[in-house]
Amino acid sequence: MRAPNIRWPWVWLVLVCWPLLGWSAEPTLRATGDLGVIIERGAGRVVIVNTSSNSIVQRVEGLGDLSHASVVFSRDQRYAYVFGRDGGLSKVDLLRGTLDKRIVQGGNSIGGAVSQNGKLVAVANYEPGGLKVFSADTLELVADIPAAYGDGKLSKVVGIADLPGDRFIYSLFDADQLWIADVRDPKAPKVEKFSNIGKSPYDGLVTPDGRYYLAGLFGEDGIAMLDTWQLQQDVQRILANYGKGEEKLPVYKMPHLRGWAVAGHHAYLPAIGRHEVLIADTLNWKETGRIAVRGQPVFVVARPDGRQVWVNFAFPDNGYVQVIDTLTGQIVQTLEPGKAVLHLEFTPRGEAVWISARDDNKVVVYDTASFAKLAELAVESPSGIFFTARAHRIGF
Amino acid sequence: MKILLVLGFASMCLSTAAIAQESPTPSPERTRELVRMVRQDCGSCHGLTLRGGLGPALLPENLRDRPPAGLKYTILLGRPGTAMPPWQPFMSEAEADWMVAQLLRGFPEETK
Repeated sequence: MRAPNIRWPWVWLVLVCWPLLGWSAEPTLRATGDLGVIIERGAGRVVIVNTSSNSIVQRVEGLGDLSHASVVFSRDQRYAYVFGRDGGLSKVDLLRGTLDKRIVQGGNSIGGAVSQNGKLVAVANYEPGGLKVFSADTLELVADIPAAYGDGKLSKVVGIADLPGDRFIYSLFDADQLWIADVRDPKAPKVEKFSNIGKSPYDGLVTPDGRYYLAGLFGEDGIAMLDTWQLQQDVQRILANYGKGEEKLPVYKMPHLRGWAVAGHHAYLPAIGRHEVLIADTLNWKETGRIAVRGQPVFVVARPDGRQVWVNFAFPDNGYVQVIDTLTGQIVQTLEPGKAVLHLEFTPRGEAVWISARDDNKVVVYDTASFAKLAELAVESPSGIFFTARAHRIGF
Repeated sequence: MKILLVLGFASMCLSTAAIAQESPTPSPERTRELVRMVRQDCGSCHGLTLRGGLGPALLPENLRDRPPAGLKYTILLGRPGTAMPPWQPFMSEAEADWMVAQLLRGFPEETK
């Protein structure tokens, strides 16, 4: 008879707590379209950031050696694939803020790309020189394509980009070659090779339409260009002899090329060893002008609408960022965001730009119309900044 | 001619020995700057951990067999025909000597 009296408190407890349990179990839903990651270069860590609130979401650790790390995103914009200097390939879950998977796939990698169908991640390796292709889901190796040339030496691979048709295009730094790997059937990749493209290609890009591939040449004045719609035309040399035989200045940092050097129908490209940005018309690939800038350009990046092109510089001018108005071809702004500016990234539609200042341990956000500083985030030795909008662009 | 060569070699050995002995340590502030320069700016080609990148690895085992004077002049004057630029505008010879000595024994990490 006393038993029911003992049970009553339990019933009450359950009745009181039930709605609380229910509410707390309701997940907070969010999307990833306004997220991105910033590399904390020395700490082996990435910072997940939100570009709507200009804030840090959280940090993810344990990614190894991230000097010169680069990032591509899964097609659903949930995962960031981070390529590290130690050959590490890390898959970071932006929603959970966790390291989903990590493999060490080579000795030294420089970057990568995601296939058009989103199913494959390709990694360009310096050591051992070549391309490795992985399942984007599981990071299982599906294809290994050594960059062998001459009598079997392996070349460092640079300038990788995706092409339509689940192909990857890249350059061989040591072999002066350009390769296109078709991995639609990963078990039997088909590789098309182009030789003598120019001395020491150091990086490459495809235009936003996926048609033209440009490889910057370190060893000579000029750029190698391939029309991937008309491969039979072979690699052409454009902007040849832009230095006009003048002695080059020493280069303290290699420039980087990515697809957003293209604004309207013009490509804005760094001139190696010169304080100049070269302009080429993408309709005929003739030089249409050049703009004198503060130092040796490293990144030359068009705002998504193409109205402005922002430029940062190699040591010792790496405290400056300059803005070119593409309508007038004039420099309209010179900013000093901080010490050792390494990278800049526009928000998806370009109203703001995020700039990393390595030696000031900060990332500065600017309004691109007024050049007003919108925010400053504390980030340790920041280098690359990558927003998820890259997931849906060819060449990223 | 032979004598000249011998003399040249001897003076190189002497200067090598001098490097190993002397290479005075720069001031703590300058040391921090130089360590940062090697780790970050050299690191953009040679890797932050100096295990190599577009440029070769710079760990003691990679450099052991190279004459220190040669390493010093590679730093100061660069290597024409390669991507290695001359760093002479940004450091003194003594600082380059110090840098080579540190590279040969394992370069220090940056202090925070």
